[in-house]
Amino acid sequence: MSNAKLPAKRGKTEETIVSGSQDFVTMTIADQMFGIPVLQVQDVLGHQRITRIPLAPPEVAGSLNLRGRIVTAIDVRLRLGLPARPKDKPKMSIVVDLRGELYSLIVDSVGEVLSLSSEDFERNPATLDIRWREVSTGIYRLNNQLMVVLDVSRLLNFANMEAA
Amino acid sequence: MAAQTIRVNVDLLENLMTMVSELVLTRNQLLQILRSQKDSEFAAPLQRLNHVTSELQEGVMKTRMQPIGNAWAKLPRLVRDLAHELGKKIDLQMLGADTELDRQVLELIKDPLTHMVRNSADHGLETGADRQRSGKSETGRVTLNAYHEGGHIIIEISDDGRGLDIEKIKQKAVQNGLATEAELTTMSDQQIQQFIMKPGFSTAARVTSVSGRGVGMDVVKTNIEKIGGTIEMKSTKGKGSTFIIKIPLTLAIVSALIVECAGERFAIPQISVVELVRAASDSEHTIERLKGTPVLRLRNRLLPLVSLQSLLRLDREDGANDDETFIVVTQVGTYTFGIMVDRVFDTEEIVVKPVAPILRHIEMFSGNTILGDGSVIMILDPNGIASASGEITISEGGRGETTAVQTARQDDRMALLLFMAGGGAPKAVPLSLVARLEDVDMASIELSNGQPVVQYRGKLMPLVPIDPAFERHNEGRQPVLVFADGDRSMGLIVDEILDIVEEKLVVQLAADRPGYMGSAIIAGKATDVLDAGHYLTRAYKDWFGSSSSESFEEERAHRVLLVDDSPFFRNLLTPLLSVAGYSVTTVESANEALNLCEAGESFDVIVSDIEMPGMSGLEFAQAVRNGSRWQDTPLVALSSHASARDLDRGRQAGFDDYVAKFDRDALLYTLAQTLSEHRGAA
Repeated sequence: MSNAKLPAKRGKTEETIVSGSQDFVTMTIADQMFGIPVLQVQDVLGHQRITRIPLAPPEVAGSLNLRGRIVTAIDVRLRLGLPARPKDKPKMSIVVDLRGELYSLIVDSVGEVLSLSSEDFERNPATLDIRWREVSTGIYRLNNQLMVVLDVSRLLNFANMEAA
Repeated sequence: MAAQTIRVNVDLLENLMTMVSELVLTRNQLLQILRSQKDSEFAAPLQRLNHVTSELQEGVMKTRMQPIGNAWAKLPRLVRDLAHELGKKIDLQMLGADTELDRQVLELIKDPLTHMVRNSADHGLETGADRQRSGKSETGRVTLNAYHEGGHIIIEISDDGRGLDIEKIKQKAVQNGLATEAELTTMSDQQIQQFIMKPGFSTAARVTSVSGRGVGMDVVKTNIEKIGGTIEMKSTKGKGSTFIIKIPLTLAIVSALIVECAGERFAIPQISVVELVRAASDSEHTIERLKGTPVLRLRNRLLPLVSLQSLLRLDREDGANDDETFIVVTQVGTYTFGIMVDRVFDTEEIVVKPVAPILRHIEMFSGNTILGDGSVIMILDPNGIASASGEITISEGGRGETTAVQTARQDDRMALLLFMAGGGAPKAVPLSLVARLEDVDMASIELSNGQPVVQYRGKLMPLVPIDPAFERHNEGRQPVLVFADGDRSMGLIVDEILDIVEEKLVVQLAADRPGYMGSAIIAGKATDVLDAGHYLTRAYKDWFGSSSSESFEEERAHRVLLVDDSPFFRNLLTPLLSVAGYSVTTVESANEALNLCEAGESFDVIVSDIEMPGMSGLEFAQAVRNGSRWQDTPLVALSSHASARDLDRGRQAGFDDYVAKFDRDALLYTLAQTLSEHRGAA
């Protein structure tokens, strides 16, 4: 696996709002739909064996092996201040790249890829929960629901994150 | 004939190495699968793959190997020059120069080796005349010897000089406050010799013959430990000294012992494992407890034990077998301790990979890796465990050594002065804030302006009792903690000074009483932590009329932004800086600071901690310097690490100056300095 190409994908986050139409990988966490720009997504994984990491922040679920690379798993539920996932509930992961490091975002389920027009985009409502506002770049109005756009770098920049 | 060698870019070799490491892991995985399936048609081809991979790995490793002689090439010249300079006759012997080791390791040990040879020639060997007097040959000998031993490289540097002078080391240890006379008498010669590895041990008085010996030894030790090596020392007075360095062959692949604790597996680098002991109620070894601390009798010595489970805060599994514990006897330097684990598996060759940035602050781990079965495993760092198991390190077998480890690694520990005052729990104050301890004769206390004062070093020093019900007696002596700030000082009257301890200060209960920051467990007791700032302002406000003095008149309006994640330091520094005439704004994190920047706030100087969760101080400095509105605001870094390298890193990130965390005088001085320089430049 070559990681030489990966850095080129960075830096897209800030521009999400500007361009006309954007592709997002959608996912659901606690019945809420979220989206991540498709270019930042490396992989979608099903259930994985995860090694717990003692003394790590609670949001860090552990680490796993993805084709010979070690990926740090982040429980997005805990990161968003949601209750922990019930044990029997299935989970899926989206692997993203941040500054050459791979992170696996554990969510409830991963949906399809949507191409969304910037006309449906809106900034975060001022009343949005502060933890969500911190990690979201904005909201897309879909036909029957709202999709929260997650900013990967902000999502991974939580307490105890040291200089990369 | 055409040349038989070609030049190859090192990056290419590194890349090749990584690829082969991955290949090895994949092969291990395949072999694991094969083992579970009998009579597979893949058996034969896999066997072949296995051989080819092993040979490939060996071959690639060889491309990175260089004879250690390459690192020694300059030594004969160095020794010749030294001999000339010092007027000694020195014979340098180099054995095993063709011993090969990884070029990465070679680069890293080059400087420490040079340094040690220089030390041996300079300080270890006597002059020719001295040598003849003690019946040795006039020519002194320095020997370098390198050889392989069980996957490691051993390098010995020995001289036949005067050896270490135990008495002089003892003297210096007492002088530098590293140990008391009483402690020294209980130490073995070996332990006393370890003092030369302590930071700054001999820099104080280089004139004595023994002192120069230790210059930079702590640096040598740190460098060697950084690459997973150890250093030992043997010295006999009059016969010479030998330093034995043990380093891994390569950094890329290490042999590790796989252990299990509370259902989780961990790897312990084999280099630090001395032996394994099984302790069970029916075996000859049982774990005994001293006030809850587990220890093990091992060959007539008490071995301090660390429970991996409690150290890593792992949950006990249900139905876990408590009768049987395995103890991994681990050695860090000369300090030996046991790590208690539930099970011990095999040893495995592992490829060390750095942990993700968000986990790098956890000292317990030196990396992580993927095992043959494809699972991820954390690699324990014996150095981190040794220093984290603070309490048990004060034990037989390695006092000198462990304290050295502590000073090097334990950044959040601080020396605390414990004392009694006004009844109740013991009180504590950071020792670094206290300038001096004095015993004041009560009869010499005078009243001035209704306040008790004492004449102290030609000046009047206000005295503040901690106990509000304190009554002045006309006789007897009372201990006083002297706090000094610039040329002013104040004394805090206490009842009794108890002890000085080094502990991690975690204020657990915030106090609502003025003058206290809260309570913490110190030396096993609930202790009130004094808010020194409260008393300082009390003395200064009452005594000097206002919260500033002439020396800070100009800076009075200066606005300081203090960025520190620890509430303790914010509480500590805020009063201190306000007393010194600064207007202080504090924030908990670099992000908050940057928010202030965006919000249009401006400051004359920013003081920032380096180690912070979230954005670190270095990142913060880069962000500030990188075109933010504050890019011209001077930045002062505040850190518990203040080595030359940290300083450099800080400078590169954009800090103007660097101050050690507990050094208030330096902080105030640096602030004043930075501000005046900045004004000068502007």
